[in-house]
Amino acid sequence: MSVAPAEVDLPRSADESVPDKPWVTIVWNDPVNLMSYVTYVFEHVFGYPRPKAEKLMLDVHHRGKAIVANGTREAMERNVEVLHGYGLWATVRQDA
Amino acid sequence: MFRPSKEGGVSAWLSAGEAELLRMLVTPILDMMAGDRKDQPRRSILDELEALLDTDPRPQAPTDPVLARLLPDAYRDDPESAGEFRRYTEGSLREAKKYFAQTVLDTLPENGGRVKLTADQARDWMRSLNDVRLAFGVQLEVTEEFEEQLAALDPEDPKFAAFDAYRWLAGVQESLVRALGR
Repeated sequence: MSVAPAEVDLPRSADESVPDKPWVTIVWNDPVNLMSYVTYVFEHVFGYPRPKAEKLMLDVHHRGKAIVANGTREAMERNVEVLHGYGLWATVRQDA
Repeated sequence: MFRPSKEGGVSAWLSAGEAELLRMLVTPILDMMAGDRKDQPRRSILDELEALLDTDPRPQAPTDPVLARLLPDAYRDDPESAGEFRRYTEGSLREAKKYFAQTVLDTLPENGGRVKLTADQARDWMRSLNDVRLAFGVQLEVTEEFEEQLAALDPEDPKFAAFDAYRWLAGVQESLVRALGR
């Protein structure tokens, strides 16, 4: 069965001004969240295909964190709100 | 445990003991999320109003470590932005977590039996069971080496039952993810 990618609007650069430094959504590693669950959340919330969701999950797991999305500050804050609902440890930052 | 159902949702059979355990584990999340930030008893409507006008423009993360994990800061190294974000979103995040927990309580068969969930309800379950696991994780100081932690624990240790429940919840959650994730 397939999963609707809804819940979060992915940033559309066409109708949003592109800042010099984009904002990013970061997910941090924690010892509790299951790898399968984190992969599922990336697929469901962002609509990412399974391989991309898995790669991001493994980046979080092995490197301690990963940038999972970028775009406007507002869009990244919406992401973080949804991810906190799923219990993922997510933060917003302006890309360095 | 959970399997995909023909209707696009998931279903599982729970024993009376399992249903009771889930109810016991999920219920505290409701209280935790309902709690007043400053733990003040509710008083008159005037006090309520005063409290409303007195709202901290940049509330800080909860000092309780479990609450801090369930309601984390959205900004690292930027307390001003973190406070601003929290001011506008913490209330709705608490409501969301209460809603997920309530879905679990409302769909649990009282004396065990079949649980049938829509895909949306299954995602509420996942999120609520995850909240319970996060709370356990903080309280039990769970690390990536969970199995070693559990193996090193004396079965007589008062923490053993909690570790056991934590591991069981992981299995339930894993089955939900698999049943829902095509």
